[in-house]
Amino acid sequence: MKRAPAWRLAAVLAAVLAAVLVGCAQPELRGTGDLGLVVERAAGRVKLIETSGRTALATIAGLGDLSHASIVYSRDGRYGYVFGRDGGLSRVDLLLARLDRRVVQAGNAIGGAISQDGRLIAVANYEPGGVRIFDAATLEPLADIPAAFGDGTRRAKVVGIADAPGQRFVFSLFEAGEIWVADLSDPRRPQVTRHRDIGKQPYDGLITPDGRHYIAGLFGEDGLALLDLWNPQAGVRRILGGYGRGEEPLPVYKMPHLRGWAIAGGHAVLPAIGRKEVLVVETAGWSEAARIPVHGQPVFVIAQPGGRRAWVNFAFPDNDTVQVIDLPSRSVVKTLKPGRAVLHMEFTARGEQVWVSSRDDDSVIVYDPASFAEIARIRADKPSGIFLSSRAFATGF
Amino acid sequence: MRRWSTFAILLFAAAGPVAAGAAGPAAPAEARRAELIHMVRQDCGSCHGLSMKGGLGPPLVPAALADKDAAQLQFVVLHGRRGTAMPPWRRFLSDAEAAWVVELLRKGLPE
Ligand code: HEC
Repeated sequence: MKRAPAWRLAAVLAAVLAAVLVGCAQPELRGTGDLGLVVERAAGRVKLIETSGRTALATIAGLGDLSHASIVYSRDGRYGYVFGRDGGLSRVDLLLARLDRRVVQAGNAIGGAISQDGRLIAVANYEPGGVRIFDAATLEPLADIPAAFGDGTRRAKVVGIADAPGQRFVFSLFEAGEIWVADLSDPRRPQVTRHRDIGKQPYDGLITPDGRHYIAGLFGEDGLALLDLWNPQAGVRRILGGYGRGEEPLPVYKMPHLRGWAIAGGHAVLPAIGRKEVLVVETAGWSEAARIPVHGQPVFVIAQPGGRRAWVNFAFPDNDTVQVIDLPSRSVVKTLKPGRAVLHMEFTARGEQVWVSSRDDDSVIVYDPASFAEIARIRADKPSGIFLSSRAFATGF
Repeated sequence: MRRWSTFAILLFAAAGPVAAGAAGPAAPAEARRAELIHMVRQDCGSCHGLSMKGGLGPPLVPAALADKDAAQLQFVVLHGRRGTAMPPWRRFLSDAEAAWVVELLRKGLPE
């Protein structure tokens, strides 16, 4: 028997390779609407998950230090922008399940936002304190907004960055006690409006789903600071001043987060800081309507779509528990123990599932929010934030 | 500013620096050491960064702590710092454990 000549072998190989490539070039088509990313904070990776079959599809590595990482989505829902603690800004492709591009833009970052038109990414930095603006397609730097305050030589840590209608970003300066509104209509020439003396040590902020009100939580004193973006000339107003009523707050082992808060029937629910309470605020006059005693100091108070209930997780050392609050009756209707160190919760857009991360049990648990039944459990390495692609279409996410 | 700091000072004044676990000056037992390392990385890390390079709280890497007084750092860990976001940890750490944690930070957290 004669051996096949080398060229024939090569031709066969090439044909096989071409077939494989053609196969790859025509993968099964899919959308990204049921996809999401889960941060594996210690390993510097994200897990790509899907909420239709509730499975993990892939793991994407090389994203740096992801403590306190957060993610926003491109307006077509294809890319997730991951903001890492180490100043890394990474663009992850959900369809190809890979890191698309990455820049390290600062020494220490806290989060970011995407502009109303989806063309700009803003990153909030601790070190050097300020905001940097990037082209969402190329990650090319476009503008730098140093958070200088006082005599201009000190720079504040930037917290609570949110996108607002009109190509604006709103954020707070921790050490300075200021709220800034940056208009990026011209991406290379930000126009910044400063609101001073808004209160001591704003630690996080949120924008209401209608894009009208920006609210900063204050660590250094009781109360929150409210800016009406429809009437910015009226300035920043203090709301819920003295909600502690002089009581001594508890030590805070983890800062609460304001994003994801619940609004229902003219009321908003927020985590109280230094208290084992959830605050209920009426949104017409922004005054306190009630406080609901809960299991520990709340970290996230997340609205179930539709706003009937809110899910609450807690700071160390009460972080093995999640409570569900019924908003009409303002009472706790369920207490769950999903696992050790519950860090985050995320609802699907229509509210038929809620995903919960348990860092110390290396798990993400999916619940049916109606029956509280566990419907799936996915292994993940020290999971923290869960970010579903439906965030692409919501102001403030 | 009051917040928890007054609370911490009061507690401190009332109870004195009594070691919660009374572990003595010796290093904590092996199992507890693993727990402490986990706690430092994860729970201290939520403010100081997982790799201790800083966040809302300052960096706690060896270079940042080299010139600082160990006893004072230990005091801050146990009792927090008035007027700042640094909470007291004496409910969760004995004196000896806090001293061990400070040494750990000064040497650098193991991987
Ligand atoms: C809720 C946030 C938070 C947590 C959690 C936290 N810290 Fe801090 N820590 C701070 C802040 C803020 C400061 C800076 C205080 C100041 O401005 O002087 C600080 C300061 C310190 C300092 C003093 C550093 C220096 O250079 O003087 C030490 C040591 C320290 N923290 C250790 C720890 C340890 C150990 C833990 C965990 C057991 C921990 N921290 C958890 C916020 C936190």
